[in-house]
Amino acid sequence: MAANNLHSVKLDKGKCVGCTSCLKRCPTEAIRIRKGRATIIDELCIDCGECIRVCQQHAKIAVTDPLSSINRFKYKIALPAPTLYGQFKKLSDISSISRGLLRMGFSDVFDVARGADIASRAIMEKLKSPNCPHPLISSACPAVLRLIQVRFPELIENVVDVRSPMEIAATVARKEFCEKHGVRPEEVGCFFITPCASKATAIRNPIGHEKSAVDGAISIIEIYGLLSSQLRRDKSAQAAEDSEQKKCTALGIGWARTGGESLAIEEEEALAVDGIENVSKVLEEIENDRLPDLKYFEGLACDGGCVGGPIVFENVYIARNRIRKLVVDLPKEKISDAVSLEEVRSLGNDLCFDKPIRPIEAMKLDQDFAEALKKMDRIEEIAKQLPGLDCGSCGSPTCRALAEDIVCGYARELDCLFLLKQKVSEMAKQMVEISELTRE
Amino acid sequence: MSILKEEFPVEAMDFVTAGEASAQIKRLLKKLGVDPGVIRRLSIACYEAEINLVIHSDGGKLTLEMNPENVSLISEDVGPGIPDIDLAMSEGYSTASDDVRMMGFGAGMGLANMARNADRFHIDSKVGEGTRIEMIFDINK
Repeated sequence: MAANNLHSVKLDKGKCVGCTSCLKRCPTEAIRIRKGRATIIDELCIDCGECIRVCQQHAKIAVTDPLSSINRFKYKIALPAPTLYGQFKKLSDISSISRGLLRMGFSDVFDVARGADIASRAIMEKLKSPNCPHPLISSACPAVLRLIQVRFPELIENVVDVRSPMEIAATVARKEFCEKHGVRPEEVGCFFITPCASKATAIRNPIGHEKSAVDGAISIIEIYGLLSSQLRRDKSAQAAEDSEQKKCTALGIGWARTGGESLAIEEEEALAVDGIENVSKVLEEIENDRLPDLKYFEGLACDGGCVGGPIVFENVYIARNRIRKLVVDLPKEKISDAVSLEEVRSLGNDLCFDKPIRPIEAMKLDQDFAEALKKMDRIEEIAKQLPGLDCGSCGSPTCRALAEDIVCGYARELDCLFLLKQKVSEMAKQMVEISELTRE
Repeated sequence: MSILKEEFPVEAMDFVTAGEASAQIKRLLKKLGVDPGVIRRLSIACYEAEINLVIHSDGGKLTLEMNPENVSLISEDVGPGIPDIDLAMSEGYSTASDDVRMMGFGAGMGLANMARNADRFHIDSKVGEGTRIEMIFDINK
């Protein structure tokens, strides 16, 4: 498969001015500016969306599916991320969102929060198992999973092998729909209403399992306008019939915010961290064995959690607060009361990972260790020549990264403006000397 | 025969930079493609060594030496030295101050933890002069 199909963050070349905003903020140093435009190194990109957020030109775009793509299927199920409920003012009842989505052309709606309920119960069972690694690391955020694959491969074995709430929701939703309406599974398309690009990637290239149960990802920002006009109409329409579908819990909705997952699984020794840089720092601590008592680590790439996703409409703090208030008003139901073990088991092979997560060796200088050592030696030498300002003008994020790029053949020493200036002034001096010597 | 040698100075009681040397060493090893299991063990030992230099010494350095067979990590300091190495090696023994313990360090697992994670461990210490610890990690390839 072509490498550029791997990601959901793309560059609009016409808009990119080649500034250093994204270059400097990329947590895995996956961006280079070449020929005046940003380029993304596919192997290093983790789809976190930082570049989408910081680009003032809006040249970095998240690739998701258009709403019209649902028409590929005869029956289409919307899977709203819990984050969606934080996008609208004065939302007292999440069923109004379901009604709005139905009017927009979906045949059915299944809350991903319900998938989160089931995932929570499954994770609680994993934590009880005697050979459970410590800390167990949440598998919910695909950007964090990729970060672990690229930068923390030694922590892969700590990742909990339960599939994401999105996957579980799609599996259950399709099964229930087919049973209720007597239709074939392939006639049913499941579409995740997503706050982030990394979920779109996780659908195309799942981590830990072969195929995704989800057929597409539609961004919250894409449906925001249409859905909010549906919600305004809903007020007069007044509540529809009660669906027989099992309702999600407040805890499941809480997964939209940082710490929601840890709360749902009732683990005291849990630590929830948001923001990709913060997650990296705490993973370093885990790597150094600094947190021996920690049982569960919930790491989310976006500040605030999924409510802070790069392709949502509402400000993260406002959305987070709405989720908080929404959850307060809902009945307090424990996960163990809302989800039975039978229900968890009924997912069979679709509950857990069936494919090992592999390290992504994108950081490696060379396949051969002795060769890598030699390259490292040269990198150290070149790094000493560079000014150490990390200005980014050369197109690499830091002087060290430039040194690595030079040794790996992706850049030249004179890409550094300071070395170039030095060289020019040396040449100018030589010119003066020559002209002095040859004066008649 | 060492192909690559890097030195990382560590200052006494400098909690601002504490951990930076370990982070740099870890990054270097990942770039070189050292086996994740070896990196994990080395990270733990290296961080312990660095924090020991910060807390107990009057300053020192970590030296990383690498060849295709193994990685050696040497911690050298100028400082009070360790009067009873066997006692210091026992888990739970610590001379760290209360201030340092408040920061979550000084649980007295340091030396034992280092020895457990390294493939070979050697410690020399002279009271009033300093301590030198050498740890070797085999790169089983």
